[in-house]
Amino acid sequence: MSRLTACIDAVKAANRKVLIPYLVAGDPDADTTVALMHQLVSDGADVIELGMPFSDPSSDGAIIQLGAERALRQGTGLHTVFGIVSSFRKTNHTTPIVLMGYLNPLEAIGYDSFVTQAADAGADGILIVDLPVSEAQSLLALTRPRNLDMIFLVAPTTTESRLDAICENSSGYIYYVSLKGVTGAAIIDTGEISERVSALRQRTMLPIVVGFGIKDTASANAMAAISDGVIVGSALVQKIGELTDSGKRDGAAIAGSTALIKQIRQSLDA
Amino acid sequence: MSALETVVPGAAPGTVPDTIASTGQDQFSGPDVHGHFGQYGGVFVGETLMAAVEELDRVYRKLSKEPSFWQAFDHDMKHYVGRPSPLYYAERLSKQFGGAKIVLKREDLNHTGAHKINNTIGQALLAKYMGKPRIIAETGAGQHGVASATVAARLGLECHVYMGAEDVQRQSANVYRMKLMGANVIPVTSGSRTLKDALNEALRDWATNVDNTYYIIGTVAGPHPYPMLVRDFQAIIGREARAQSLQEYGRLPDALVACVGGGSNAIGLFHPFLRDSDVAIYGVEAGGDGVETGRHAAPLSAGKPGVLHGNRTYVMSDANGQIMETHSVSAGLDYPGVGPEHAWLKDIGRANYVSVTDTEALDAFRMLCRLEGIIPALESAHGLAYACKLAATMRPDQFIVVNLSGRGDKDIHTVAKIDGITV
Ligand SMILES: Cc1ncc(COP(=O)(O)O)c(C=O)c1O
Repeated sequence: MSRLTACIDAVKAANRKVLIPYLVAGDPDADTTVALMHQLVSDGADVIELGMPFSDPSSDGAIIQLGAERALRQGTGLHTVFGIVSSFRKTNHTTPIVLMGYLNPLEAIGYDSFVTQAADAGADGILIVDLPVSEAQSLLALTRPRNLDMIFLVAPTTTESRLDAICENSSGYIYYVSLKGVTGAAIIDTGEISERVSALRQRTMLPIVVGFGIKDTASANAMAAISDGVIVGSALVQKIGELTDSGKRDGAAIAGSTALIKQIRQSLDA
Repeated sequence: MSALETVVPGAAPGTVPDTIASTGQDQFSGPDVHGHFGQYGGVFVGETLMAAVEELDRVYRKLSKEPSFWQAFDHDMKHYVGRPSPLYYAERLSKQFGGAKIVLKREDLNHTGAHKINNTIGQALLAKYMGKPRIIAETGAGQHGVASATVAARLGLECHVYMGAEDVQRQSANVYRMKLMGANVIPVTSGSRTLKDALNEALRDWATNVDNTYYIIGTVAGPHPYPMLVRDFQAIIGREARAQSLQEYGRLPDALVACVGGGSNAIGLFHPFLRDSDVAIYGVEAGGDGVETGRHAAPLSAGKPGVLHGNRTYVMSDANGQIMETHSVSAGLDYPGVGPEHAWLKDIGRANYVSVTDTEALDAFRMLCRLEGIIPALESAHGLAYACKLAATMRPDQFIVVNLSGRGDKDIHTVAKIDGITV
């Protein structure tokens, strides 16, 4: 069993909801990203989605685009991302890390090299936004033997015929996209999401977590109530962006930028 | 050569080609059902857009088998666009080089002044059939934006055009033309503020408004089925040129030359000649300050296979896989990717891809103005510049068809500025 599956099973067994913050590797810099990850764990994160910055993030809204631009200005590349993961793993052996990004950087270094380095560094899952299941077979052939989970998105627009292929090829969890649009937009219809998540449950035993548009305790509670957990991205990246503005990197500043995750944890556990 | 053999040489690191192109009659009948040309093409978009892309594929496959669809297209091509466009022997220009005849396929004479309208007329028919009231488009030079605003006005559709903030500056006349026709022009300030960023922004809009919106992509890029359907609409250029060559010269041309931005005017000219193995094919990329300087927009000449904007193709990216900024005097060629069919034609050796610099393109621009009384688009001037070099190496009994993809009215400010003149 993968570290990711074991972790989520344990959270579910304890009757809790999975909380997954997303941050961009290298924003504001590599060392601070590692510090932020440890802080997120102490705030109550179960899993961490670590964004691999890309120059052309066409599925992301303005907030995450700016986060990626900040990271790229620091010269963040895949080697930086792997470095962040292995540094985090020096002291944390339990919190699963999912690397989330776009395909071209993987094409540039080669899938084989990517998978080997990701696994060696201590990553647990991979989510490539612009890689649909139909094009993912050559990557899946490499991730499976290394016990890396491949996570795919299900969107409100996903057709019946695609659902089975997605469920069959996914492991770890299924990422349900709460809205039509890009990251950071606002959730409109909780009722519809609830119906879609229930329908998805009929097809898969995998945990289903909801992301896109979760920005406060209210939206987190609403989405967690109908799923196994939530992913919080833009709202956190926005806060982390303030570290660049202020130039501060001390413990208090770091804890301040992740305070929302702590609040959401408390609210989910209440 | 079997199609399978053609796939392997340029295989991207770490990728195993899942499928090969030739499932039809011969190797040029691609893409396959998954949109692959060899290892290139395919569908690489976020899950939110997958259903829309699959629906478009279904609709196009159905409609493109119906003769009435093509009758409607041809009717508009004739009565609205003004086709067929002439094949014009540029005699004085040719005489300068003492070699092959240079013959121009006059896409600059189309309504709205470029080949872009061939594609927007076709895609507007699809939008109408699919009942989408809202159209979005990206544009670089503004020609595709204008062509999209044009068809939207004609069909009474809402139209939003994404344009890099830098391009809004350098192509202000086209911005105004779009506005005159009722389109909303949205300057894009993210990333490098040029065509690739306009494409990103259009994809974000599409994901947000996918239910009521049709995205008219302006070139043979994007996810399948776009590279296929845009090519099919632009192939009218090559079909006409082929028939006109036979009629006027009694034989096929010795060579074809076209500029390559995303590659739509080029594939439109080339495709109907792919099976004519005696016809040499040259695609001309934007060399900017020179490919060796790194300041250019020539992915086929200096890039490597990767994935950008929905398809696998040659892209300009750095060692980390980040897309690089491009440089060209011509806004319409300022793009770090290229249509996947070109990537495949390069690998199998059916077409040659070369580049010319900004300076060479500007020289050709001026020469055509002075010798033939035709002001070409700066994009087209790239093709012309290479054709002049090529002609000099060929015999006077040979002829080259150059795609004069657009007219240069939109570029006079750019050229005047280089000359230090304010108009
Ligand atoms: C006149 C003209 N030619 C060529 C191009 C390049 O596009 P493509 O390579 O798709 O033909 C453009 C793009 O704006 C254009 O306006």
